[in-house]
Amino acid sequence: MSIVPAPILRFYHRMASPPHFYSFTDKLLPWLIAIFLLLLAYGLYAGLYLAPTDYQQGDSYRIIYLHVPAAWMSLFIYVIMAMAGAISLIWRMKIAEVVMISSAPIGASFTFVALVTGSLWGKPMWGTWWVWDARLTSELILLFLYLGVISLYGAIEDKRTAARAVAILALVGVVNIPIIHYSVQWWNTLHQGPTVSKMDKPSIHVDMLIPLLVMAVAFKFYYAIAMLQTAKVEILKREQNTQWVKKLLEAKT
Amino acid sequence: MNSFDEFLAMGGYGFYVWTAYGIGFVVLVMNVVLPLIQRKQFLRELALKQKRVKK
Repeated sequence: MSIVPAPILRFYHRMASPPHFYSFTDKLLPWLIAIFLLLLAYGLYAGLYLAPTDYQQGDSYRIIYLHVPAAWMSLFIYVIMAMAGAISLIWRMKIAEVVMISSAPIGASFTFVALVTGSLWGKPMWGTWWVWDARLTSELILLFLYLGVISLYGAIEDKRTAARAVAILALVGVVNIPIIHYSVQWWNTLHQGPTVSKMDKPSIHVDMLIPLLVMAVAFKFYYAIAMLQTAKVEILKREQNTQWVKKLLEAKT
Repeated sequence: MNSFDEFLAMGGYGFYVWTAYGIGFVVLVMNVVLPLIQRKQFLRELALKQKRVKK
């Protein structure tokens, strides 16, 4: 007897098969895109227009609506990537390998956006584009981890072997995640402390907080969209000699 | 029109705010558009390859 309900188990097994995953993705994407665009439109409108001006930082603080959700995503995607890596190492699941490697460029992009927008926020507020502060440095290491994952995958010819190597690298890199998260508490340097995740009460006004949370959810949908788009290419490349890809091609021409 | 100019000015921080959002926009669009182009290209190559095999 399994503790997982039968329909969920059936769904899991279907999703483990590349052709099913591919066609399910096609059905899912329009919905994800619609929800993402709605959330993004509201989040940007509320963040850039509705939210009040900050009494200390003026309107420069509005970079927060891109900077903080992007930074959250850079950590979130890394954890997903490492989890997919663990699943692919333990169960040799092809789709987990694809999810892992398709997450890397998106995670790298969010890390890059977090660093660049942080720099553009730091210049007017701190008076400098960059400092070797613990938060900034550990986030930069995260970017290098992502780039390492991408280049390692590209360097190994056999994609299943490559996926195993990448999974190990991704799992080792997980150690950086709590370091980034707690860096502002462990080393009290220039980067400001947490404003949202404080246990008692977030020290941010609710009109400023709502757009931030909306943008954070919007970026989750964006990640799903971009990751699945990338995964489709990866699946096609890996499965190019199979019957179902041949049929897909015939249906298209 | 005046209020729109004010909106763009972002209280004097317009350069920083709009550059940040501009870069973010370009990077995020790239992540969706590149795989679309890659897939189209790959499917075209694959179709050509199959035609050659059939002949």
